[in-house]
Amino acid sequence: MSRWKESADGYDMADTETSTKIEEKPAAPVFGSCPLPIFSHPQIVLGHGSGGKLTADLIEQVFLPAFHNPVLDKLDDQAVLSIGGARLAFTTDSFVVTPIFFPGGDIGRLAVHGTVNDLAMSGARPLYLSAAFILEEGLAVDALRRVVESMRAAAAQAGVQFVTGDTKVVNRGKGDQIFITTTGIGVLEEGVNISADRARPGDQIILSGYLGDHGMAIMSQREGLEFEGAITSDCASLHGLVAAMLSTPKTDAAEFIHCLRDPTRGGAATTLNEIAKRAGVGMILREESIPVRDSVKGACEVLGLDPLYVANEGKLLAVVAPDLAHAVLQQMRQHELGRDAVIIGEVVAEHPGMVLMKTQIGGTRVLDVMFGEQLPRIC
Amino acid sequence: MKYLDEYRDGDVAKKIVGEMRRIQTRPWVLMEVCGGQTHSIVKNGIDHLMPEGVELVHGPGCPVCVTPLEMIDKAHAIARQPNVIFCSFGDMLRVPGSDGDLFTIKSLGGDVRIVYSPLDCLKIARANPDKQVVFFAIGFETTAPANAMLAWRAREEQVTNVSLLVSHVLVPPALEAILQSPSNRVQGFLGPGHVCAVMGYREYDPISARYHVPIVITGFEPLDILHGTLMTLQQLEQGRAVVENQYTRVLGRDGNLPAQRLVNRVFEVGDRKWRGIGNIPMSGYHLRDEFAQQDAEKLFDVAEIATLEPEICISGEILRGIKKPHDCPAFGTLCTPQRPLGATMVSAEGACAAYYAYGRHLKPELHQIVPQSPPLATNGVIT
Repeated sequence: MSRWKESADGYDMADTETSTKIEEKPAAPVFGSCPLPIFSHPQIVLGHGSGGKLTADLIEQVFLPAFHNPVLDKLDDQAVLSIGGARLAFTTDSFVVTPIFFPGGDIGRLAVHGTVNDLAMSGARPLYLSAAFILEEGLAVDALRRVVESMRAAAAQAGVQFVTGDTKVVNRGKGDQIFITTTGIGVLEEGVNISADRARPGDQIILSGYLGDHGMAIMSQREGLEFEGAITSDCASLHGLVAAMLSTPKTDAAEFIHCLRDPTRGGAATTLNEIAKRAGVGMILREESIPVRDSVKGACEVLGLDPLYVANEGKLLAVVAPDLAHAVLQQMRQHELGRDAVIIGEVVAEHPGMVLMKTQIGGTRVLDVMFGEQLPRIC
Repeated sequence: MKYLDEYRDGDVAKKIVGEMRRIQTRPWVLMEVCGGQTHSIVKNGIDHLMPEGVELVHGPGCPVCVTPLEMIDKAHAIARQPNVIFCSFGDMLRVPGSDGDLFTIKSLGGDVRIVYSPLDCLKIARANPDKQVVFFAIGFETTAPANAMLAWRAREEQVTNVSLLVSHVLVPPALEAILQSPSNRVQGFLGPGHVCAVMGYREYDPISARYHVPIVITGFEPLDILHGTLMTLQQLEQGRAVVENQYTRVLGRDGNLPAQRLVNRVFEVGDRKWRGIGNIPMSGYHLRDEFAQQDAEKLFDVAEIATLEPEICISGEILRGIKKPHDCPAFGTLCTPQRPLGATMVSAEGACAAYYAYGRHLKPELHQIVPQSPPLATNGVIT
């Protein structure tokens, strides 16, 4: 028998913990007796890994209550620790991508760049990485060699070394070829103080290049979709670009670069929302200034996805004080990974915690955080 | 981007809205029929561009939203079976039945897969001959040809382990149901562009004539919607009520005749339940008897499943254009895309979900705060 039928005989919402929300709204008497289904997912669903609201729920309801401390509670992509007079950035990330080889990269390269980028977004110089491999029985050793070679090359390029690691093998069918976890340590120079809560009204929002390349490259490959003009992942280590930004001439750049984030899962919209909420500020973006390649835009249109919510692996968003924004932008454009950098919007005091976008047609919409996996629409 | 940017030009939009203002003499209520149109309106903020007194209400044309709870429960009962690969369009996975959604079933071990084309099911079936592959064939006339093609090819090519769980609905009976309702407010329709690309628009002539209501078949890009709105206003202001076609670059009066022939060979018209609205006579497609071997409702023991809809959720009134998402006290608090209570929150194309996705639950008075925000200091001004 269905829950609707049972509830039709007097399921009383007043018994549930959400009933207080109804009472706050006096116009809602009828809903007090509405037989509402409650979906709190008693088991993990894919959306819990999307980087959106379900992920945030999991962190708030499961991890934070158990682990909370002043460093973790900041919920930045990395922890900044002071040890013996040195300031260290410390982070970890797991990689579970399918397929493991994709246009523009592979899981190994991603595992290096992802962790290096999490360190770089604090302004740190990445130094050392660890790597833990979970391998599925039956994985070709040649495939593993290719992944490892790719990690070696990426680490060499990023100037970091693998200094420790671990390997486990699981039964066939209990993993998906290869899962990699990398952990990284970097060092912060004096005066660098970059954090999501430093965004201030008037700050300019800079995006380092085209949005959505990585996510759409993976999706086209995974689903066997063929789009005109191949889409390749933007997978890259961003610490060089960050170093270039921090060395913007004429002034103490470190002081003026308030926040840096790489918009990975959940995309640029989710990342900007996190900054807006953390700093208690609003944001206004201009849709026509946001660079999206035609191939990515086209693929997103076909699938009913929004490039602002698609993952990137080699892009950063910077929130920079207005006086220095154009100097930082020029500095970024000198760097290979920032050639297409552009100012896409501004931090404002109004509507704190909300990101608005002026649309191309002249309307306005709110960009909220993604709530789960982005799903292709039916038509 | 070519074929997109031309239809999102802010200067042209201003001209169209200016023309609306020029001809408008009184308030009007229009309904956009399609979920895709609702999505575009909210995503692009088109409703904020409309002249005061031109109200767009959102129609029943979201195929995921109107699929009845009972049918979702049947789908879930099939998807839970161990020898089944259950295939669906993506946005159906989040739609809750009486007990969880397809994501939940997948997390508990069900083999649930997203497909982009119904014909992908043939490939999956051939690769898994020991499994039953079931496709959740939902939608309006737009998806009917591709779904019909799956049944047709499964039979012709004797792929015996493919079947369809059909919950297909038709637009014209829904428009009539809206117009016959005593509480109807709708005075003109932006007709469903993609439905008419398949079916043409001859069948809308009698509706327009009988109820004296303008129907303008309209596309999905922002300028399509503004242009369709202007054409509807012109008719209303002139006292005319006919069917017109705004979406001429895509469709003509007759539609896609080969597609219609295929649909008619595979499906027959019969009564259908609509989520949030109830039974509408002759409002949907069912597989014809000669496709019984492809009919999952007959192959699986789900005929007994009967689920009542919650009576108090206002999604039925939203689907008929009587109310808007903001009129619901649960909107954005108790009812969210993560925990949808009603039909219109379940799909990205539903009116409530579209409102939610574009932040309308955060600040209903959004249009009032935007102009106060300072302009950008960069090479452009927000006004």
